[in-house]
Parts: sequence; structure tokens; C-alpha cells
Amino acid sequence: MARAMHHGGLVVFGLAGALWALAAQAEVVGGFVVEGSKAAGLENCVEPTEYMRRNHMELIRHQRDATVHDGIRSTKHSLAGCVSCHAGVDDRQQPIPINADGQFCEACHDYTAVTLNCFDCHATIPEGSDWNQATAAAHAHMGLTGLITEGTGSEGQSK
Amino acid sequence: MTDTHNDKETAVDNGRRTFLGGAVGVSAAAVAPGLVLHELAQAAPRTEPVTDLHRWGLLIDTAKCADGCRACVEACEQENGLNLQTRPEGADPLKWEDQRAVWIRKVKVQDNISGHVTNLPLMCQHCANPPCVDVCPTGASFKRADGIVMVDRHTCIGCRYCMMACPYKARSFIHEKVAEKLTRAPRGKGCVESCNLCVHRLDEGDLSVACADACTEQGHGAILFGDLKDPNGPLRQALRAQPSRQVRENLGLNTGVRYAGL
Repeated sequence: MARAMHHGGLVVFGLAGALWALAAQAEVVGGFVVEGSKAAGLENCVEPTEYMRRNHMELIRHQRDATVHDGIRSTKHSLAGCVSCHAGVDDRQQPIPINADGQFCEACHDYTAVTLNCFDCHATIPEGSDWNQATAAAHAHMGLTGLITEGTGSEGQSK
Repeated sequence: MTDTHNDKETAVDNGRRTFLGGAVGVSAAAVAPGLVLHELAQAAPRTEPVTDLHRWGLLIDTAKCADGCRACVEACEQENGLNLQTRPEGADPLKWEDQRAVWIRKVKVQDNISGHVTNLPLMCQHCANPPCVDVCPTGASFKRADGIVMVDRHTCIGCRYCMMACPYKARSFIHEKVAEKLTRAPRGKGCVESCNLCVHRLDEGDLSVACADACTEQGHGAILFGDLKDPNGPLRQALRAQPSRQVRENLGLNTGVRYAGL
């Protein structure tokens, strides 16, 4: 009898352990979106989440050639877009590099052991460094100011 | 010899232009609403690939370029994050000055007989027939449809053939890891880079370059940016009004950057 109880205890203990391990793992793997980032307040990414998980690299690679060779700089599938939306912020509301430990890109890539070298060259924080419609508007040129200001409104909403 | 050749080219172009001008006039009447839409689209971030309808270029008036002024160089550094480069620990400061990436160099030329001094900024000349593109083994060095010569650093292997081929010493190599970079100007160890006519501005519909802006702000107005293919644009008007030259025009590269008073 005592032996049976002992066995039962072991099983329960084992189950609890397994559950705990699963929960812990789920926490790590499930923490895709960083608290405080712009992305945390949104329903889903620029494409459905499942699609993004599998295909984000294809989208970025396609956009990269379109941008460099054809000058298409729409932010929908751009790496700059990933960074500006997914970068977390620290206690003082300063952006944290997106490839820092536990941050959006690094957390998953570390878990799956996939090295990413985007950030050897690309900026890891979005802050004040982009030449976007807002900066272009502040920079009146060639009589385009009015048109550019119109564009600023939509830029503010796009993610 | 070269002049005769050029004259002939111009003559041929003029005939063709008259014909094409007529054709465009006819089609413009038919698709006028479409054309207007196209112009509007220019002000927003670009959604269509760049075309060869434009060729961006510069006219630099050396008579207006001031000795000792580095406004264009500094503006370029700010705009393209070149000022964020830091000297690697333990590196010789003089060597670092030679090796850090620079997109515009101020050059001073003196005529030894007359003693006349000319100042000019020298950057990538955005050749129509760029030697850097000819020699690139991976296709990383390329000319965009709108005439901007660029490096696709995703395919650049850092062999530096293009730096050897460039007659203007316009390209730089990034030797060390770069800690800080701007979103608009990616930069990384092992790649070559050079002036790209502030391509991030052009693609957002802001038709300007940092160096020309800074020069105008300083009151010199020595650098004029514009479209070489717009016959009535400011650049072509200025080119028509005064004699200008290409640096090393004997190489027949047809540069997009022209110099007056040289």
C-alpha cells in the first residue's frame, strides 16, 4: 500500500514537473511580441501572424531588392518597419535594440538557433533616424510641401 | 576629335527629340489624367520602380565654392551617418583619417603657371558608363534606372575592385564593425559604399540632396541638384547658360556631375 502511494506520488510529481516545464517553455516561445512595443497594441502584423512566422524572411528579402534596385520604400514589408513596430522600450521609454537579449528578433532566433545578420548593417532602434514623410514634410522643397503634408497623416497610422 | 563626336550626337538627338516631342504631345492629350496622377505619386513614398525618365545629376560651380568651407561634407556626414563612425581602439589616428568612409572630398587644384586656385567638392560622379559597375564580380555595384550609381551591400563581397576602377577615388570601404547607424543609411563591415545622391530622400519624393542644401544655406549656392533629362528643369537651364566640364571627360564616362569654371 505504502509502495503504491509512493508510486502515485511519483507519477503526480512527474506530471506536475512536466506541466511546469511545458508552461515555462510556452512562456518563452509564446513571448513573441515585446511589451511596450507598438506591435503589442495591434491585432496582428502586416500579414496574418501565422504567415509572418513562416515567411517574414521571404518578405524582407523581396522588399530589400525592391528598395535597393527599384527605390520602392513602402514600409509594409520593410525591415525598418519591423524595427519601428517591434522594438521594445526600457523604463525611461528609450528604445531597446531589437537584437538585444530577449528582444523581439533575438528571442526567437536564439530559440531556433538561426543566426541573423541583418543588424550587422541595419539600425536596431527606430529612433529619429529615418527619412520619412514627416521629415520630408518639414523639409519643404520643389513646391511639394502641400502634397507631402497630406501624406503625413496616413503615414502616422500605417504600421 | 571628341568635340566633333559630341556635335554629331547632339544633332542626332535633336532630330529624334523633335519627333518624340510631337509623339508625347499627342499621347499627353489622350492620357492627361494619368499623367497628373503620376506627378502626384512622386510626392509619396515610391510604389513603382524607378524609371529612366529622370537622370539625377549635379552642377558644381567652382567659382562659388569657397576655400576652407566644408558645409557640404559635414551635411553629407550628418545625412548619411558617416559622422557616427568611431576610430577603432588602438588604431593610428592618421591611418584612421585615411580609412574612414568619406563620400565627398574637398579638392583644391592649383595651376602652377598662373597660381590660380580652384576649390571643388568631389564625390561619386554617377557616370552613365560606370567603370565600377563594369568590374564588379557580383553585380553589387550597379546603376539604378534613374542614373544613380549605388552598391547593393547585400551582394557586395568587399573585394574593392570598384575602388580600384573608379577614376575619382569616390568609394570607401568599411573596415571595422559599425556600432551605430541610421535607419536611412545602413552600414556594415566588409562593404564598399559611396555617394548615392541622398537616394532615401528622392524615394520619398523629396527632390533634394543634403550637400546642395547646405551649400545654399551657407549662401554659396555652388551645388545645383536636378534632373539631367528635364530639358526645362533648373539643372539643364544652368548647364545651358554656362560652359561646364566633366572631370576626366577624356574617359568618356558621361558623368552625371558636371563642373563649371574648371
